[in-house]
Amino acid sequence: MKQSIKYVSMILGLIMAGYGFADELNMPVGVTEISRQVYGLHMTIFWVCVVIGAIVFSVMFWSIISHRRSLGYKAATFHESTTLELAWTVIPTLLLVIMAIPATQVLIAMYDTGGEDMTVEVRGYQWKWQYKYLDDDYNQTFSFFSSLSTPKDQIENRSIKGEHYLLEVDNHLRIPANRKVRFLITSEDVIHSWWVPDFAVKRDAVPGMLNELWTIVPETGFYRGQCTELCGKDHGFMPVVVEVMEEAAFDTWYAQEVVAAAVREEAMSKTFSNEELMAEGKQVYTTFCASCHLENGQGIPPVFPSLVGTAMMTGPRDEHLRLVFDGVPGSAMQAFGKQLDAVQLAAVVHYERHSWGNKAGDITQPRDVINLNSGQ
Amino acid sequence: MSEAISAVDHDDHSHGPAKGITRWLFTTNHKDIGTLYLWFSFSMLLIGGVLALIVRAELFQPGLQFVSPDFFNQMTTNHGLIMVFGAIMPAFVGLANWLIPMQVGAPDMALPRMNNLSFWILPFAFGMLIATLFSEAGGLNFGWTFYAPLSTTYAPDSVTFFIFAVHLMGASSIMGSINIIATILNMRAPGMTLMKMPMFVWTWLITAYLLLAVMPVLAGLVTMMLFDIHFGTSFFNAAGGGDPLLFQHIFWFFGHPEVYIMILPAFGIVSHIIPAFARKRLFGYDSMVYAVASIAFLSFIVWAHHMFTVGMPLAGQLFFMYTTMLIAVPTGVKVFNWVSTMWRGSMTFETPMLFSIAFVVLFTIGGFSGLMLAITPADYQYHDTYFVVAHFHYVLVPGSLFSIMAAVYYWFPKWTGKMYSERLGKLHFWFSFVGVNVTFFPQHFSGLAGMPRRIPDYALQFADFNMVSSIGAFIFGFSQILFLFVLIHGIRNGKPAAARAWEGARGLEWTLPSPAPYHSFTHPPKVTDDEAHA
Repeated sequence: MKQSIKYVSMILGLIMAGYGFADELNMPVGVTEISRQVYGLHMTIFWVCVVIGAIVFSVMFWSIISHRRSLGYKAATFHESTTLELAWTVIPTLLLVIMAIPATQVLIAMYDTGGEDMTVEVRGYQWKWQYKYLDDDYNQTFSFFSSLSTPKDQIENRSIKGEHYLLEVDNHLRIPANRKVRFLITSEDVIHSWWVPDFAVKRDAVPGMLNELWTIVPETGFYRGQCTELCGKDHGFMPVVVEVMEEAAFDTWYAQEVVAAAVREEAMSKTFSNEELMAEGKQVYTTFCASCHLENGQGIPPVFPSLVGTAMMTGPRDEHLRLVFDGVPGSAMQAFGKQLDAVQLAAVVHYERHSWGNKAGDITQPRDVINLNSGQ
Repeated sequence: MSEAISAVDHDDHSHGPAKGITRWLFTTNHKDIGTLYLWFSFSMLLIGGVLALIVRAELFQPGLQFVSPDFFNQMTTNHGLIMVFGAIMPAFVGLANWLIPMQVGAPDMALPRMNNLSFWILPFAFGMLIATLFSEAGGLNFGWTFYAPLSTTYAPDSVTFFIFAVHLMGASSIMGSINIIATILNMRAPGMTLMKMPMFVWTWLITAYLLLAVMPVLAGLVTMMLFDIHFGTSFFNAAGGGDPLLFQHIFWFFGHPEVYIMILPAFGIVSHIIPAFARKRLFGYDSMVYAVASIAFLSFIVWAHHMFTVGMPLAGQLFFMYTTMLIAVPTGVKVFNWVSTMWRGSMTFETPMLFSIAFVVLFTIGGFSGLMLAITPADYQYHDTYFVVAHFHYVLVPGSLFSIMAAVYYWFPKWTGKMYSERLGKLHFWFSFVGVNVTFFPQHFSGLAGMPRRIPDYALQFADFNMVSSIGAFIFGFSQILFLFVLIHGIRNGKPAAARAWEGARGLEWTLPSPAPYHSFTHPPKVTDDEAHA
């Protein structure tokens, strides 16, 4: 008996200790109305399980401790009871019905996607996100890619890992506080999944499908999440970073971006120097190409071919452009014509043709990209 | 041949096994085939375990240390496939082969030649599957759930070998289940009515029907993949008018019953062992049978709970949430009945009982996290995180795998005629028990804190949990070498076992001598109330 008291107090002690750490060990409460409701559901069902578990396991361990042959306990002979069977069928069913009611209410609230103040399209790519801000007619106003910005040195343990290791990006999504933001989620290649734990928002990005989600975030700040559906090699390296801004600050930023998009449009007709193209090209290459073809262009044959000294790199320029523009269907080589603008395409092709010892000796301008397509 | 000689041949039932390798290649004997299945499954457990340890070694610390991300994906993929199709399922079929003829009072399985075929397909299927790891195109890297289009348009060329391997495994499972159904329905000893069948036989009968229902679905699915990859169809290709979600619906229509295929025989095993060591009959036999049948039925209408985040209509989400929650009811009935069986028994705690009690406790924890996952809005937070990894490992490792180990210890004396060393068996149990919990319990926390599954590297806040988890995995992994030692030690040095090796053991198999004769019951035994289960 004394021993069992010791056991019970030990278990209680453990539970108390666990409760002290609960914040680090538990689901985040989050910052939205929905995320708080989800947390509530999570804790309710958790405690239901704890109570049932405590009852069942105490009966079991009581039996294990006291009904043992070594204590001389003689086995009883009972082996059925319809009353008991009915009881432990009906009572759990009722508990589940009670549990289902709030779960249904929260789910219905989550599906209420109407009445949005603005819409952002979220498009998954191997292995980055594209965010497009759509205006009232769902035309694109401006868009950008968001990819991991953690340096390779940190991932390969050559330098100290930063505070937001693997949860930081080059361009993060910005949304205003206190406005209902609707997300339209889809994918360009394989299935991804877009998740921000603090908003309790997670939805798969499925090619050919447009999924709807919404959130209203009252608090400004940075919120971080990750892709949660296995999407290939760099699945672990495509984080989601959202900055929630004061409404006025967001509106200023938004107006600037719309202007910047127009400036980029104008650049299409400019002629660039070799140095400008190489600089821009290196940046595009690092963001879009290096994860497969590597920084040194060597690739990972046979899946990701090398770009060093191959016929494509020194052969006809338009074929090279065409390959980058259309990709190779049925392979990991994507159609970058959909992701990059003419300046970026021209720059990256120029960069590839003049790096790692490649010497094509030509120059590629944005207008070549435009001509390539209008010519056909 | 004269009639006299053939008459002698006909009456000669006592011939033993053939000599040498042909005994194993050409055998049609249920015990030999059962043994083959069990050793095959054990070797797959070790291979799949090594892959898991590579995963855990990489995850020991943040950053990339040992493997590249693509190789990491190959490890998780092959670990899952090998454990599900190579370790757990063949182990249960091996147990069915050994036990069902003895438990229903038959001389052998109903279809012995097919039995041989269904085993010998497996080494080829898994040889082919594992060979892809060494292929130039790169190994399978799309997860054991092989969602399209990652497994079709974007897959390495080795995927075709995977498709063929899955076809072979499916054929093996279908033949195995036909054999089990035929044996149970036709070869029971007189007097053994359906409601007097041992629980292991009941659970396997239902499992076999599940297999028969869903393995063709899996075969259809991989055939559609084959056509998408090689023959220009677009079942799962959105650009060609197909639907990637069609893949998931078909996969989980197979996959959810598959999950129960891996747990129902475990329920059967535990329902033998707990009464034996509590020295008290199984509580609520009838309701146990009905519970298994209900779980099997429900398994066909819950599949989309694996897909809560894909973007289904609200009505679909609600339907699958409610049906999923319902599973808790028959599962709860089983747990309550096991506890009631122990209640006021006269318990001893030999190794099989320890594994069975651990099964009840830890499987129930896995059931609780399953109930949490059923709550759709909360599932949005749990989905594809380590919380899910913790959940299904709790039902598969201390669930299915512990039940298999319990079964091996429990029937070991019947199979070999020897007793294993109880001291070593208990040591194996405690190492496994501690290892399993240290490995998988912290994964609940890393999942809730937001760590996605199937990632080779993780943010710094998950570091502590992953380190603990990796230490546990190595403890658990190496304790299975102890398991191998206990078995070999028992076979070689064990003390001779009595026919009824355990005082409280009941059922027809314990009326046979230990080791059981090569042909179990050459004459149908009498089914007494004492040896029947109802």
